[in-house]
Amino acid sequence: MNTGSVTTLPRLESAGLDGWMVRLFDSIEETNLPWITALLQRCESAFGTAVVDLVPSYTTLLVVFDPVQLSPLEAQQKITSLLTDLTPEGSSGTSQIHELPTFYHASVGPDLERVAEHTGLSVAEVIACHSQKTYRVFALGFAPGFAFMGLTAPELECPRLDTPRKKVPVGSVAIAARQTAAYPTATPGGWNLLGRTSARLFDREREGFSLLNVGDQVRFVPASREAFERSGGDITPMEACQ
Amino acid sequence: MTTLPQSDIAIRVLRAGPLALLQDRGRFGVRHLGVTQGGPADLYSWAWANRLAGNPWGSASLEITFGGLQLVAERDLDIAIAGADLGATLEGHPVPLWQRVRWSEGQKLTFGTPVSGLRAYLSVHGGFAAPPAMGSVACVAREQLGGFDGYGRKLADDDRLSTFKPGITAAPGITPAPPHARPDFREPPQLDLLPGAQIAEFTGRSLFDAFNTWWRVDDRADRMGVRLTGPKLQCRIRSLISEGINLGGVQVPPDGQPIVLLNDRQTIGGYPRLGALSPLAASRLAQCLPGQEVRLLARSSEAVLREYRAFLAGFKG
Repeated sequence: MNTGSVTTLPRLESAGLDGWMVRLFDSIEETNLPWITALLQRCESAFGTAVVDLVPSYTTLLVVFDPVQLSPLEAQQKITSLLTDLTPEGSSGTSQIHELPTFYHASVGPDLERVAEHTGLSVAEVIACHSQKTYRVFALGFAPGFAFMGLTAPELECPRLDTPRKKVPVGSVAIAARQTAAYPTATPGGWNLLGRTSARLFDREREGFSLLNVGDQVRFVPASREAFERSGGDITPMEACQ
Repeated sequence: MTTLPQSDIAIRVLRAGPLALLQDRGRFGVRHLGVTQGGPADLYSWAWANRLAGNPWGSASLEITFGGLQLVAERDLDIAIAGADLGATLEGHPVPLWQRVRWSEGQKLTFGTPVSGLRAYLSVHGGFAAPPAMGSVACVAREQLGGFDGYGRKLADDDRLSTFKPGITAAPGITPAPPHARPDFREPPQLDLLPGAQIAEFTGRSLFDAFNTWWRVDDRADRMGVRLTGPKLQCRIRSLISEGINLGGVQVPPDGQPIVLLNDRQTIGGYPRLGALSPLAASRLAQCLPGQEVRLLARSSEAVLREYRAFLAGFKG
């Protein structure tokens, strides 16, 4: 059983009676994603009804299967055979590019100043720097539809807040370390808030539920207050959201 | 869309107690969206409660933690309670557990405090009725999903609970659970653990300690996870890049005190793990009160798989 410290990748590690952790990479790179989503799709078709959940993340894919239909050994053999001739998902794959209209403003992005101070950039430069790059979704977690995206430009790197906020408003666009995210629901949060998007990130009644999926590409597009409001954005200032 | 069977108000909540949650099997196929699994923390007792009430696998039951709940029947009901003994009484008389019971209209069903175990499962013949959210009625407050309102609210005073009207009365052949099938939750359990993940990165001393210590269940224990206290376990890796976590995963943060992840765990996390408890061991741990002691027992997947398949076959047919 591959429970030992093997240095070769990819490798399989036991994740319990009904799971295998497929470790494909050992560092966070945007180029990991096409490989991980390709494996996910192959598992979906190869496992059929025996698949319970497939959880992709930065460097891994957790495969959870039905232990009535497959033993751990049979599942391991299946995954191993899928890995032998794996090719990354091409640009013509299912990965989408999303444009999220974002109102960057101190009233809804109370940490713009703090980030500017920390990075030595002006507020305008912070906004430009954040909105000029196309990001990849590395993982969903923390809350339903919460997408960890990256990597942000090195000059925008900024640590989390020392004390997380008790409630971050829906749609808040944030950065921490070299990642960025938008809050799909109002939750506690310690990331630096730069603005707010009007995009509906999570909807339990919508097909697929989450706007963003692992491997998707995302751009934050600066929107004026008027355009933001027109597209359904909530301009309630941060202070009134507590 | 399939038409749901007719449902009707059957029960009124007189006193909600600390925590009573509606739970079906849980949410599946959505964990890649950051949506947690939910479902009964003690799958074993939940399955028994449904079977004894004459319900098919997957029916929704009430998971009652600690007790303190008081309900009144608004029509005659056939019910079964399995799992923890929370001192339940029907009009002042102790309710027999692990068997079918008639709960007549107007009678009060009252849960007291834990006598043995932590979570009781109340199943009503026909099953509780609630609007599914993302394919399940499993109640997860943090995600505002499931429960009787569909938005993750736990039971509250004066709630009125619907059940499906059973099409036929339950088969008369349902017999009480045999004594050997009723766990004694006061006994310190041996919890089957399938080694895996980063186990090779723990020091030899820590591996010895992990499997030769009576671990104490901490009071920081809920449906997300149960913290165990004991000797400090040391791992050469302090944290990982976040990755998916399966039910029963035993993670060890830098303080060296393991946390066993249960049904409402976050979907991804970044602490090294010793491996994962078997599903039935995770069920058993969910019945432990703070201060109780448990042992971790390293087992092979073959033996554990045999037992788990036998359990499922007995309930799913």
